[in-house]
Amino acid sequence: MQRFRPFDHLILLLGAAFLVTPVVMAFMSSTHAATEIHMNGLFLSPGGEGMATYEKVLTQKGGFTGTVTGARMVMNSTILGLGFALGKVVVSMLAAYGLVYFRFRFATPIFWMIFTTLLLPLEVRIMPSYQVMSQLHALNTYWGLIIPLLASATGTFYFRQFFKSVPDELLEAARIDGAGPVRFFLGVLVPLSRPMMAAIFIIMFVYGWNQYLWPMLMTTDERFFTLMRGIKTILQVWIGSQIPDYNEAFALAVLAMLPPLGVVLAFQRLFIKGLTESDK
Amino acid sequence: MTASPVVPSPFLRLRQWWTRPSAHPAKVAQFDRPLAPWLFVAPQLLIVAIFFYWPSVQAVTSSFYLEDPFGFGAAFVGLDNYREALSSTEYRNIAGFTALFAATVTALSLGLGLLLAVKADAVMRGAGAYKTALISVYAIAPPVVGLIGMMMFDMHIGPFTKAAALFGWEMRVGIDYRDTAVALITVAVWKQIPYNFIFFLSGLQAVPSSVREAALIDARSGWRRFRDVTLPLLAPTGFFLLVINITYALFDTFGIIDVMVKDKPANNPITLVYKVYLDGFKGNDIGGSSAQSVILMVVVAALTVAQFRLIERRVHYG
Repeated sequence: MQRFRPFDHLILLLGAAFLVTPVVMAFMSSTHAATEIHMNGLFLSPGGEGMATYEKVLTQKGGFTGTVTGARMVMNSTILGLGFALGKVVVSMLAAYGLVYFRFRFATPIFWMIFTTLLLPLEVRIMPSYQVMSQLHALNTYWGLIIPLLASATGTFYFRQFFKSVPDELLEAARIDGAGPVRFFLGVLVPLSRPMMAAIFIIMFVYGWNQYLWPMLMTTDERFFTLMRGIKTILQVWIGSQIPDYNEAFALAVLAMLPPLGVVLAFQRLFIKGLTESDK
Repeated sequence: MTASPVVPSPFLRLRQWWTRPSAHPAKVAQFDRPLAPWLFVAPQLLIVAIFFYWPSVQAVTSSFYLEDPFGFGAAFVGLDNYREALSSTEYRNIAGFTALFAATVTALSLGLGLLLAVKADAVMRGAGAYKTALISVYAIAPPVVGLIGMMMFDMHIGPFTKAAALFGWEMRVGIDYRDTAVALITVAVWKQIPYNFIFFLSGLQAVPSSVREAALIDARSGWRRFRDVTLPLLAPTGFFLLVINITYALFDTFGIIDVMVKDKPANNPITLVYKVYLDGFKGNDIGGSSAQSVILMVVVAALTVAQFRLIERRVHYG
């Protein structure tokens, strides 16, 4: 029925090339030597230096004080991503359960108190947040890195929407069986929410992994540096060097974008569904 | 009979709102326990209180004080910090650039996202492959995007710089104000296209096939079909995305800007969020930085309220 439309394909090809080429270039260039990049520019074909570069980036101690390796940064980013995702799922699921399944005084102000956090991103209160953390002696700790990021109700919002869609009959049936709040939660609601929990966990892992400003402020000790922080450092070390380590910077960028790329490609459907339906 | 209706006093109504369980309970069937719900919401409440309300209140408080950079006390200065921020030419210039940046990034990424979505919706062959390619970069972190963008616009090795040189445009990103602005906008748009693409495409695919067929009969020209049928149907999605994109351009581009201006903001374009960070952490001007934070809070709160309104509208449309 539909005829082939070359013009449409041309636009789509140009768009796809515009979006994908820089990523491919970053990956390909990371497998060439820095001098080669310096002379010839960026590459769209693989080179032979890849193994050496990635090994160096992962194992060589870098940074200003020489205490952090790429592997350590990968570990810190993973800790931040996993800790954040886990914390988000647990804290927001409990809160949503309390808000949806209980009749109690002050429910309305509590609801507003929690959901007001959706109004203001961390960026606009970054300075006082830092001061609070320094008063709590939480600088350069993993919990100080993770827990303040949990102070936004996105997860609670998703779980609340989901719980509201769970049929009321389940609670009534559980009550007839004599189940209390804890047994209903663990025995009925948690098993029912598994796909939802998985989806939020994955999305929040990427969100935590991608954090930049907060880790940059919270960590002065290089042992706590994440990959995002490492990217900033490697660029600062560059200033003044004759041939910058383009290849190493690209290798770091590739390491930092593998999980986000992988997750989006592997869970494409889930991502699109989660994004476009969650806002309702 | 003159039975006057009982009008509760405003105070009583406030107290009712405050203490009654909820006017619209989320569930018809709910547990009725005095302690249990508090235990469930306690972790979230505690985190929100310590890491959201405490710093937010502190931002507002310290915006009225002039703090000694060496930590020897603070003096109450009223609205001076606000007055100083709003009247300084530097702040105004940055606010101007921020507005321009947000407008350009929003317009371009919305336009390109829409264009690609319409085309991806129209083609049959290869639609899946295009879709995958177009959304693949969606979740890459802003600083990584900034690093790649910096390389693309590098003065020695950047392909974009080389391409611009072919047209006689010698780009000096990181040194020349205008060139850096162009690079920042290009990179920020690059990162945001997939997001808009996803929403527009799912909006298009939600259009019932009966409507499509009717449009096909009524309007032969593709452009007219787009203008008279598709665009109005996508308008709610577009309004919703408008707010999201402005918020993105204002806040989420921090990582891109921080990497691309490489700690040399002096003669480079920066946004208001970046200025809050600079004044607070590099300049040690806590009062001024807090006042700027509060100004931004008001802007973003207004945007979010607008966004919630639009979401409500969207549901009514759909």
